[in-house]
Amino acid sequence: MSEARPPLIEARGWGWRHSTRKAWAVRGLDLRIEPGERVLLLGASGAGKSTLLAGLAGLLDPEESGGDEEGVLLLDGVQARGARQEAVQEGQALTGLLLQDPQAQTVLARCGDDVAFGLENHAVPDIWPRVRKAMEGVGFPYGLEHPTGRLSGGERQRLALAGVLALGPGLLLLDEPTAMLDPEGADLVRSTIATVLELTGAGCILVEHRVQPWLPLIDRVVVLEPGGGVYADGPPGQVFAEQASSLVAAGVWVPGRRPEWGTRVRTGEGVAATPLLTAEKLAARRPGQAEPGVRDVDLTVRSGRALAVTGPNGAGKSTLALALAGLTAPAAGDLTASEELAKGLGPHPHAWKAGQLVSRIGTVFQDPQHQFVAPTVAGELAVGPERVAAQGRSWWQRKPGVRASSIGSEEILQRLRLDHLARANPYTLSGGEQRRLSVATVLATAPGVLVLDEPTFGQDARTWTELTALLLELLGEGRAVVAATHDLDLVTALAEHGEVVAL
Amino acid sequence: MTALLDGLDIREASRAPLARANPAAKLAVASVISIGLILTVDPVTAGVALALELLALPFCGLSPRKMFRSSWIILLGAIPAGLLTLVFGVDDGAILIGLGPVTITEGSLSSAIAITLRILAIGLPGVVLLATTDPTDLADALAQNLHLPHRFVLSALAALRLVGLLAQEWQTLSMARRARGFGHGLKQTLGQVFALLVIAIRRGTVLATTMEARGFGVDAPRTWARPSRFTWFDGVVVLGGVLVAVVSTAAGIWAGTWNLVLT
Repeated sequence: MSEARPPLIEARGWGWRHSTRKAWAVRGLDLRIEPGERVLLLGASGAGKSTLLAGLAGLLDPEESGGDEEGVLLLDGVQARGARQEAVQEGQALTGLLLQDPQAQTVLARCGDDVAFGLENHAVPDIWPRVRKAMEGVGFPYGLEHPTGRLSGGERQRLALAGVLALGPGLLLLDEPTAMLDPEGADLVRSTIATVLELTGAGCILVEHRVQPWLPLIDRVVVLEPGGGVYADGPPGQVFAEQASSLVAAGVWVPGRRPEWGTRVRTGEGVAATPLLTAEKLAARRPGQAEPGVRDVDLTVRSGRALAVTGPNGAGKSTLALALAGLTAPAAGDLTASEELAKGLGPHPHAWKAGQLVSRIGTVFQDPQHQFVAPTVAGELAVGPERVAAQGRSWWQRKPGVRASSIGSEEILQRLRLDHLARANPYTLSGGEQRRLSVATVLATAPGVLVLDEPTFGQDARTWTELTALLLELLGEGRAVVAATHDLDLVTALAEHGEVVAL
Repeated sequence: MTALLDGLDIREASRAPLARANPAAKLAVASVISIGLILTVDPVTAGVALALELLALPFCGLSPRKMFRSSWIILLGAIPAGLLTLVFGVDDGAILIGLGPVTITEGSLSSAIAITLRILAIGLPGVVLLATTDPTDLADALAQNLHLPHRFVLSALAALRLVGLLAQEWQTLSMARRARGFGHGLKQTLGQVFALLVIAIRRGTVLATTMEARGFGVDAPRTWARPSRFTWFDGVVVLGGVLVAVVSTAAGIWAGTWNLVLT
């Protein structure tokens, strides 16, 4: 945690194109970052922020991984990938990279081993004292033998940070390190990074949408232009003052500007809030869980009303949402659907067939990719109505290609600004587009109840605003919205039109 | 699917002498015994090997319950294989039971016993190896004692940890696809397997980036945080394995039942 040697960064006309892509991820970048500077890197989705970080980490090599390079990217005057090789041979890393997905950053099964991994690769002779020091440095609460499989997301990120810090890097490359963490976990990771930067004097380059809490750490803001070059560059106060509206349009949570969701619920007051789902002493568990994650819940989901389920990590928000969505059977107690929702089926949603469920309760999972089933965006929207239409017909009566009326699917795509992507593969969309698509697919079967699990997780300000406005609109149409979330802004927005259940 | 993947979690450390032996030694024992038994199909060699293995079992520190939990898959193979040989094996010697086309003879009974014992005797050391060895320790031993390429060994080890996560992902996918209107069925399951693959590749790519960013994959010497030592005791363990192979083969030859499968 000492003697870090912050490098000087120079990009001269630098560009990178990934091997399978037509467009350049970054192009014509001229940038100089002094040793030890702490830079916030902004830019719209697809502006090449992550590519620049990978380049600085020395991970982009036209010969090894394919891809095309233009210009040069230098660390202390040496090509970044060459600098990485040298650093490995010298036994001290120049850069340390921390990514978004906590699960994909744990290498080994025991915490101590995981931190030691980088040191081994750098051929460090006396490993364990440095492992202990790094783990103390991030305030890691467990010992060397603790299994990594039992860590929470925030603990995992701190462990990954320890693994990076053990190598004594002079430059931290942080790619949305708290985007997938709950507020408490994010706070802890952030304060740990702040302490580390203070102690080591290392520089950092941070990519992050939610800027506000990071501001005390930052001396400079660089905004990348999609398609190439630097769009704005300067001290945070100046950049945010001058570029506020364009940054908002790019999805950045500009400090001091609370996103507006504008749309008022149109007919909220007029619609009779009829009960759709009633939980009595409900206990719920995930498949594979021995004990219920949540117990004794009494609540009612009503048409045209919102229900925000909040609580700290591990309180069972998602588990409860899955049970309310009819995806798991109650572990104890009762979940009853009213006749308005069941429309002729039995009162227990978990007993409904999948094709019957989608036209009654729609669920949006935290990770949109879990729900993609078709090769195109338009196909994704057609799937739901097809499944509904297939109900009640035997397999020999089903004809491929004959689908239930998909009236409205184009309208839905337009409403969610996805119409220009109708033929794109869902997996190739940006994070915000994937989130909008996952909501669109649920709307295609017009369910009476929408259940959303952390819908705003890791989303930029623009997607957040659109999503919130859409949910309020749906309430106005008389649908019920249930959201399991720790996003306090979203809870506030929904609470005006319903109630909050704190677990 | 999930039952299959659940077995890949971290092993608890055991104090039993054979469990603590170097994984490379355990691997050598399992290999030597397997080679001895693969050469022949006869009840005496397999039976003696199995008896000796069972004698060593108390020193492996496995509770009967854990033993059964990790070995049921071998029983699943051994028992049907024995029954099939019993019924359909080459008839030879006196007929014991005759039911129309199905006859059980002394010859087919002896082959059935031999086959069953053989599968058990080959499988047991493997089960003990897997049930008493932490994957990390196995990787250390493979790279340091057996000098397999460390890039390959460590990549496989990191991948193994991701495989454990796939069990959870599978359950989430099942629910996520029910929420899209898909029930259970062959076609649905295939689609879900594909989705799981996509997720696994995505995770694997990020994990590879993480590993490279920490200096993995650069062609340079590396050190080991957990030196894997091959002690005289490990030598004794290997010798024990050789002894089991030799004694059982000798017993087979002495009894006149040993026959080289390859000829």
